[in-house]
Formats: sequence, structure tokens, C-alpha cells
Amino acid sequence: MSAAERIQALAPVSGRRRYTDTMMRGLLLAATIVALIPLVLVIYYLIKRGVGSWGGSFFTSDPNGNFFGNPGGIRSALLGSLEIVGLATLIAIPIGVGVALYLTEYGKQSLFANVVRYFVDVMTGVPSIVFGLFIFIVLVLAHVGGNFTAWKGSVALSLLMLPIVVRSAEVVLLLVPSELREAALALGAPRWRVVFRVVLPTALPGLVTGSLLAIARGMGETAPLLFTTAGAFGLTFSLSQQMNALPLQIYNDILSPRNVVVDRAWGAALALVTLVLILNVVARVASQRSRMA
Amino acid sequence: MIPPETTSQEQVDMSTSGGRSEQTSGDPSERSSGAPSEQSQAAPDMSALGVREGAGHAIKVAGLHAYYGQQHAIKGINLDFPANEVTAIIGPSGCGKSTMVRCINRMHEEIPGARAEGSVTLDDFDVYAPGVDVTSVRRLIGMVFQKPNPFPTMSIFNNVAAGLRLTGTKADNLRERVHRALRAVGLWNEVKGRLDAPGIGLSGGQQQRLCIARAIAVEPEVILMDEPCSALDPVATLKIEELIDELKERYTIVIVTHNMQQAARVANSTVFMLDGEVIEHAPTNTIFTTPHDERTERYVTGKFG
Repeated sequence: MSAAERIQALAPVSGRRRYTDTMMRGLLLAATIVALIPLVLVIYYLIKRGVGSWGGSFFTSDPNGNFFGNPGGIRSALLGSLEIVGLATLIAIPIGVGVALYLTEYGKQSLFANVVRYFVDVMTGVPSIVFGLFIFIVLVLAHVGGNFTAWKGSVALSLLMLPIVVRSAEVVLLLVPSELREAALALGAPRWRVVFRVVLPTALPGLVTGSLLAIARGMGETAPLLFTTAGAFGLTFSLSQQMNALPLQIYNDILSPRNVVVDRAWGAALALVTLVLILNVVARVASQRSRMA
Repeated sequence: MIPPETTSQEQVDMSTSGGRSEQTSGDPSERSSGAPSEQSQAAPDMSALGVREGAGHAIKVAGLHAYYGQQHAIKGINLDFPANEVTAIIGPSGCGKSTMVRCINRMHEEIPGARAEGSVTLDDFDVYAPGVDVTSVRRLIGMVFQKPNPFPTMSIFNNVAAGLRLTGTKADNLRERVHRALRAVGLWNEVKGRLDAPGIGLSGGQQQRLCIARAIAVEPEVILMDEPCSALDPVATLKIEELIDELKERYTIVIVTHNMQQAARVANSTVFMLDGEVIEHAPTNTIFTTPHDERTERYVTGKFG
């Protein structure tokens, strides 16, 4: 039997199978488009409503302007967000990566490590306002170093970011091939040097990505800041004072009856999204550079 | 017996070589002329560990048992690996070849749930003695793995230097030692213009030679090779085999291989293992032509395995 005859002898793909294939592909495409619609709309409205308020002194003045005249810009909110989230990052990332290193390099499948994993998972699911309340009770009501201060907001945010850092870092560290650890151990390296010289550098790009997720999450959170940092209008660089932040600014402005102030909320929201985007790009470029070195 | 560090070379040799010198195949005239001095400079702590200084270092495995959890993988092995010789280990998959080799430099215990019993001695230095630092064991007994595993974040130069840096060795002549190691594995001419390029940019065979350079840069006494050519093409394999032949001048080599021709080409003696036990250890020629054990004969003639 020739090849042509054999191909003819094979049963052709039935109409029902063809039909099912087309239907399923169509459904998958439809699901993708449905998922994209809100994303596109959010970006569209952000740009449409937000861009108008950018310009003038939007980034160079504080939101404590005249009630009848210019309401002021978002300088204190922007710098405040950077400061509060910066401190939260300094707390959450070393501790989070440390926990992940313990889990992957030392704890492994021990009972204690699994208990830690379980609690980290539970922490991921805790609503952000609960962290705010926790810090409110533990640090604000107890008058630890003042009442409402920026650093307490950072602590609340770092609690929120910690489980995200731990989980993403653990996944990335597990992706580092065990052959590399073995190669380093077989050279006679002590385990801590293997971790710092081989495991961490290899995992760095992934660690950066995971940390960025946590930073982006922290940037946008309002609830943990409400009862801890409490907000302010004026500019301050002192972390032991009340401080403005972008989410707090948006929260306050959007409730205002004045259209200019509502527009400022849109402008601030666009600034927040742009800030996260810039951080993303910078960190990605940085981690790629370091990989080459 | 631990001779003080100030002991002269002759005394060290006398005090530790008893009965073992017959096993070494090193050129006697070279050895009697008093051991190369540049080696004692490189690793001054060796005499303190009971490792005889000089050209060759023999390994003796006695009553070795190894386990993975409940599974008994190595069932009481006694083996001698003579100094400056290549010993090949052959046997069907899962017979414990790799496990046995990994017990020699205590890499076996890195696997969760794994443990080993028995003794492994490098000259008079008991690798499993209580209080022995595993990192010093692994510095003296280097290892090359099945899959080439250069560090992906490091350049060619840094990969070779990694052993020295990872062990915290202060080497003033780091550059020189890296270059020497690259020359020793015949990689120098291929990479000398791009030492700063990533190590993973090399071909598979080059990567494996890079890994061998990395292993010898820390100046071990023994090199364990766990199927070093199984991921390589025949040309790269040939290069590694030639390299092994050169390396045995300085190192004692143990090589696990699935390739019986390879064992026949590179090894002075060959060990046949089956189900966690040593069936036969004899000169390579004997193993492949007139083995004593029927199972060895059936394996080397391809009747099972």
C-alpha cells in the first residue's frame, strides 16, 4: 500500500471534532478579551481624567492650596509615598528573602519550615486593614514614639509585603538548580558562602521581580496607612511625623465636592500607576545588567 | 598519628607510608628524591591532617554502607584507589556507583535523609572521623559532575576562581592560578581572549573542561568524576579522556562511567559493581578479557545491564 493510499485509508477528522476545536478556541479568545476590557478601561480613564491635571505646579506644590483658588499639587503625597514605601521595603525585603532562604536552604521539609510556610500563606490572605488595625493598637494607641507617624505606616505596609516577598522568593530560590549548590559545596565551600555567592546571585532577577510585586502592592495600599500614618497636607521628610501619601491623597480628594480636587485625585492615581511602572522598568534593567557582570 | 607541622619531609613520609607504598604506582625515583616542594607550599595543612605530602594520595574505602532513608544503597564496600592511577567504576544503572563516589567526599550526606557508615581514608586522614570539617574534605577531594554545571552568573575567569573565592582562600596569585588551571585542561587557547564572557556561553565539552579547571584550581589531591562525559559528544569525550590521562600525573582519579570503552581507554584498574556491592576489582585489562566472576563477564560482554 502506498503512502497516499494509507493516508486516504486513515479516518478523516470528523466534523464534530472540527466544530469542537473551533468553538473552544473561540471561547478562549473571548475569555481573554473579556479579561482585557476592564484593564484597558482603567488605563483609558486614568489617562483621560488624569493627564489634564498634570502640568503647572502639579508635581511641585503641596495639596494645601487655597479653598477658592488653586488647590495645589501632589508633591508631599508623592515624596511621602516614596519614603513610607521605601522604609517598608527596607524592612520587608531583607527579612522576607531571609525567611525564604531559611525555607529553601536549611528548613526544607522539616515540620518547623512547613509551619512557617502555612503561616506565611495565612498572612497573604489577611486583609490589609487588619495590619493597619494591628499597628494602630500595638504602636499608635500605645504611644510608641508619638501617635500617628510615617514609620508606623511603613511597619504596617512591611507586614503586608512580607508574605508576598517570602512566597515569591521561595519559588525563585527553588528554581536555582541543585546542581549549582552541589558544585559549590563540592569545591569545599561552606554553606553560607554557597548561599551568598551562588544561590542569591543566580536567583537575583527573580527576587527583584517578586520584590517589585510587593512594592507595587505596598504603593497602592490605603488601609494600612489610615490609622498609622494618618496623612497630612504639608511636606515633611521626618518619618516620625504624620505624612501624606498618594493613596491617602486619592482617598481624601475623591470624596471632595469640588471638581478640581476630584481631578487632582485622578492625576494622583495616574502618577501612582506611572511610578510603579517606572520602578518596574528601572529594576528590570538593573537586574539584567547585574546578570551580565 | 599526626606528625607536627615542623616535621621534615622524610619523617612524614616514614611515619605515614607504612605498607601503603606498594599500592602506589608513582615513579619511585621521583618519590625518593623528596617530594615536590611547591605542593607543600600550596597546602601547608595537609601533614597536620595526616595526608602524606608528595606526588600521590591513595584512598581506602572500608566497610562502607550508605542509605537513602530506609533504602540500603551501598552494602559494605572495601576498595583501594591507588595514588596517581585512574580507577573506573562500571555497573548497571542504580547499582550504587555514584552513591559510593559521593561518599568519598561526603557529598552523599547533602541529600536529605541520606547517611553513610564505615570509613574512607585519604592516606591516614579519616574523612568520617568525628570533628572533621566537611569543607576541608571536599577541598582535598574535588568532584566533577555528570552535567557540566558552570555558575551561570559568573564569567569564565570567575568560574575558575570560584573555588578559591568560595573557600575563602587568600590567593595573591589568583590570576596566575586561574590561567594555569585553564591551561591544564587545554581550554586556554580557546578562551584566552574572552575570559570575561559568561561561562555558560561555552559549548558542552568546553563547559565540562571549565568545570574540571574549577575543580583543580583549588589544588585537590583526588578528583572524583561522576560520568563526566555522558552529556558530551564523542569529540569532546575524547578531549576529556586525554585530559584524564594527563591529570593522573598529579592526581588520583576515580571515574564513574556507563561507557565500557571509556573505562578500557582511561583506567588502570576497573571496579565492577552490582546492587550496592563490589563484584570485582582488577586491572582494566583483566576485567575486560579474563574476569574472575561470571557476572562481570556477562556485564562486560553486554549480556545484561
